[in-house]
Amino acid sequence: MKEFEPRLVAFVCNWCTYTGADLAGTSRLTMDPNVRIVRLPCTGRIDPLFILKAFERGADGVIVSGCHPGDCHYTAGNMHARRRFAVFQDLLHFAGVDPDRLTFSWVSASEGLKWRDIVNDAVARVRKLGPFQEYQSLSRLDEEFEGEFTSEEPAMAGRQE
Amino acid sequence: MKELQELARTLLSEGQVKVVVGWEDSPGGPRPAFITRPEDAERLVFDHRCVHNLVAYLSPGHVDVARLGKPAVVVKGCDARAAAMLMRESQLSREDVVLIGVRCGGVVRDPREADTLTADSVAPRCPGCDARQPALADHLLGELPPPPPGENRRDKEIARLEAMRPSERWAFWQAELARCVRCNACRQVCPLCYCERCVALKTEPLWIESSAHPRGVMAWHLTRAQHHAGRCSDCGECERACPVSIMLSLLNRKAAQVVEQRFGYVASDDPAAPAPIGAFRTEDTEEFIR
Repeated sequence: MKEFEPRLVAFVCNWCTYTGADLAGTSRLTMDPNVRIVRLPCTGRIDPLFILKAFERGADGVIVSGCHPGDCHYTAGNMHARRRFAVFQDLLHFAGVDPDRLTFSWVSASEGLKWRDIVNDAVARVRKLGPFQEYQSLSRLDEEFEGEFTSEEPAMAGRQE
Repeated sequence: MKELQELARTLLSEGQVKVVVGWEDSPGGPRPAFITRPEDAERLVFDHRCVHNLVAYLSPGHVDVARLGKPAVVVKGCDARAAAMLMRESQLSREDVVLIGVRCGGVVRDPREADTLTADSVAPRCPGCDARQPALADHLLGELPPPPPGENRRDKEIARLEAMRPSERWAFWQAELARCVRCNACRQVCPLCYCERCVALKTEPLWIESSAHPRGVMAWHLTRAQHHAGRCSDCGECERACPVSIMLSLLNRKAAQVVEQRFGYVASDDPAAPAPIGAFRTEDTEEFIR
């Protein structure tokens, strides 16, 4: 059997973490290639539903990262996000999601090294936990469909895959 | 009860309000009543079977009630917290409503199941309640009854769940949520679910599937709990309205605990107290952030 390769989604803010991740790249830092980055204007723009959607679509782990407190391009977006995610990660934990699948971090534009460590650490933790079968099995009902889709008749309108 | 009927009659005949929203007796236990004529005020009742949170009728969506004119609403302590939250969120002006507070000794979980208030029949939120005399009310009626019977089983249940491994908790919630039929009763009955367009109705993009598929069910209940964190008045209406008895108040209560531990906020009936979400303090806890 093929070895498990975790899939992680990172929701990052445009001004700090995305630039930090860019710095990590231009600095030729080597890191685990398991993270797909989604760039957003601000952590304040990240709805908790993004995290749920990522899990629904097969992510094994999620990273949310933005500017350090006080550094927000929009003054206080990250402070609002901090409260929101403080509650949401506690709720997810209460619902039975292992906290190791979620990573929250502050990574500034100059912290390429920190971003590398965050990514490697998050991937390692998720790799240890294995695929997020619990959440992915919620989606399995759809996948039981074994017919063929024709181009004229999208049998599952709304699905974007 | 006489006091309540008397007050309603006065308010209506003096024209202070156009409608009194309270409870009246019906075969299935007390039900919401909309009294518009002074002579009908004698229909009003209040006792431990009056479970509904009538503040739901003050929610912006209820144009049918708003059309009747200025309302007076009978509120228990927990209901008053919902009214305060509507005021805090600028959905209701204090002067647009007369709140008739009733001193409360707890209500039953379901009046169709139990007539008397015992440690078994009491609603889960009632034991240990500290809001039995709504301070927000314009009129406060009745004698303060003895505190609700029974013990706080809900916090015990939360502690039991938290002692489990994540996978066990996951299994517990999946078994609980598997019954959900996505009837949206929990949303309709909630005084604080007043969004004109609920995120659960949005289809482009489809954030939360609207069928009773486990994926959408999970997303809905987590989102609902998140959206009510720091807002929920803990009136227990969602759990009561749920046709398949999902323990929704466990999620609500958990969110309230988190908000209290992290931000020191407790739901109250003081509209001037700021809400915790949508605000922040620079020294907020961030132990979960790397």
